[in-house]
Amino acid sequence: MVAGPYIDPSPPAVVVDRLKERFPGAVLEASEFRGELTVLVPGDRLVEICLFLKEDPEADFDLLSVVTGVHFLERDYDYEVLYHLKSLRRNHRLRLKVRAGRDATVPSVTPVWAGANWPEREAFDLVGVRFQGHPDLRRIIMPEDYPDHPLRKDFDVEGGPTSLDAPGRPASPGFRDMESI
Amino acid sequence: MSPEQSRPPSMTPLPREGEDALHGEKMVVNMGPSHPSTHGVLRLVLTLDGEVVTAVQPHVGYLHRGMEKIAEGMTYHQFIPYTDRLDYLAPLSNNVAYVLAVEKLIGVTVPPRAQVIRVLCCEIARISAHLLWLGTGAFDLGAATVFFHTFRERETLYNIIESLTGSRMTTSYTRVGGLARDLPEGWAGQVAAFVAGFPKFLDEIDSLLTGNRIWMKRTQGIGRISARDAVDLSLTGPNLRGSGVAYDLRKAEPYSGYENYDFEVPIGSEGDAYDRYLVRLEEMRQSTRILEQALKALPDGPICIDDPKVVLPKKERVLTSMEALIEQFMIVTQGFPAPRGEIYHAIEAPKGELGFYIRSEGEKSPYRLHIRSPSFINLQAIEKMAVGGLVSDLIAVIASLDPVMGEVDR
Repeated sequence: MVAGPYIDPSPPAVVVDRLKERFPGAVLEASEFRGELTVLVPGDRLVEICLFLKEDPEADFDLLSVVTGVHFLERDYDYEVLYHLKSLRRNHRLRLKVRAGRDATVPSVTPVWAGANWPEREAFDLVGVRFQGHPDLRRIIMPEDYPDHPLRKDFDVEGGPTSLDAPGRPASPGFRDMESI
Repeated sequence: MSPEQSRPPSMTPLPREGEDALHGEKMVVNMGPSHPSTHGVLRLVLTLDGEVVTAVQPHVGYLHRGMEKIAEGMTYHQFIPYTDRLDYLAPLSNNVAYVLAVEKLIGVTVPPRAQVIRVLCCEIARISAHLLWLGTGAFDLGAATVFFHTFRERETLYNIIESLTGSRMTTSYTRVGGLARDLPEGWAGQVAAFVAGFPKFLDEIDSLLTGNRIWMKRTQGIGRISARDAVDLSLTGPNLRGSGVAYDLRKAEPYSGYENYDFEVPIGSEGDAYDRYLVRLEEMRQSTRILEQALKALPDGPICIDDPKVVLPKKERVLTSMEALIEQFMIVTQGFPAPRGEIYHAIEAPKGELGFYIRSEGEKSPYRLHIRSPSFINLQAIEKMAVGGLVSDLIAVIASLDPVMGEVDR
């Protein structure tokens, strides 16, 4: 049994410079809030950027903390997918962000981090993000035959059909259906 | 004459290429969702070749309550009771994790006394969660004695938690900007008495299991995962440290003043169920050390920040002062708006990295709240750990992974 070392986190701002240098034009936006760095990158270059961030000794993001999907209404894009990255050796964090339209797909990062498997399935299941190249993109939390994605902002918690529903899309099962049974 | 020639001719037809009489026929077994050793409602669809597990397909979601959706319609304070129901074996730890995330979002830091009490809460939660893991994990493998001993110790801790928060499991003790109430009279003495007696109990467990040949046979080399695979699969907590990776958020990203305590992060080397057992056992010792130091360091002072927009006023003031009544009314009915932005804050929960991602659009409730629950992510590794082993070893694997379905399904 050995005691773990105490590591001072290095500033992840260095990583943004490295990214800009390596992928000109790929850093669409870099913002900092409460000491956390968020970098917006184009979806089609996500996998190569992730591979670089994992392999590059300055970045060294070996642990993918979690993948989060966020749904938006009335914006140019429908989804934001966030990749919370952590470097164990350098002890810094970075949030990678991609945006996608309603019918667009986001490349899966499972080839880079195997741990993306379940979080991506969750983002697909609950938010509706479709990941291209995912080995096993099935629902994970909701039942397999569930028709909707409950964390979408147009999901009607009361259970009726919503105006934003695609034609022919079954209404989400909710309280009203329970009453009619 | 060669042995082949001396053998009498077989009476049964020879098995086909690649098969033999005992192997080849696969059986699919549904383990769970209600199975005593799945620790909740985990369902595993196993493909078996005799006793050997050839495939595991986990099915989760039986305890899904839509917490993340519920959070979108609530004020930041209203969501605190829901965090009790994540890892329901360590509710105090979840309470602390959530309010730390909200406090990061609104940019406040709680007073020193509240920080120390939160550390006490987190470590009590860690010990009680690890005690349950130890008791049930050993019970699954047939060591019933350990179960009764750990539950006796847990009872002491639950009494401590009850006198602090008023309830045993659904604690809801923290508040954004501080704590619900100060320590009750004599509480520190209760904890001190526990801290004094607990190392002896751990020694007993140590002598009961660590060198026990049955225990060693059932756990050594079982559910082995390399450090590389563990990091690749995003394992955190004791499951990652059992593989030899010293990643503990209390050291790496100290919160609530963890940098002021002297403790060690135990790591394993083999990455098997036995090492994960050793790591958790040692973690309980280290938590006891932290409790001891926190009790000594406990400063006097306020337990909440001084911000009437965030923290509820004292009840006496509500009954005597008009302003306090309005403040309480506003917080209860309206909540407080958080600045626009997004944050992720993680703590070292008993099961690993428990993180809250909060996206705020400047409203009184989060636009999106995502819970990075350690058990959900850790459970991914079950396939890697169980395939190729025996069904009976799968029980040891589940026990050593220590998933809690409350936070897997959320």
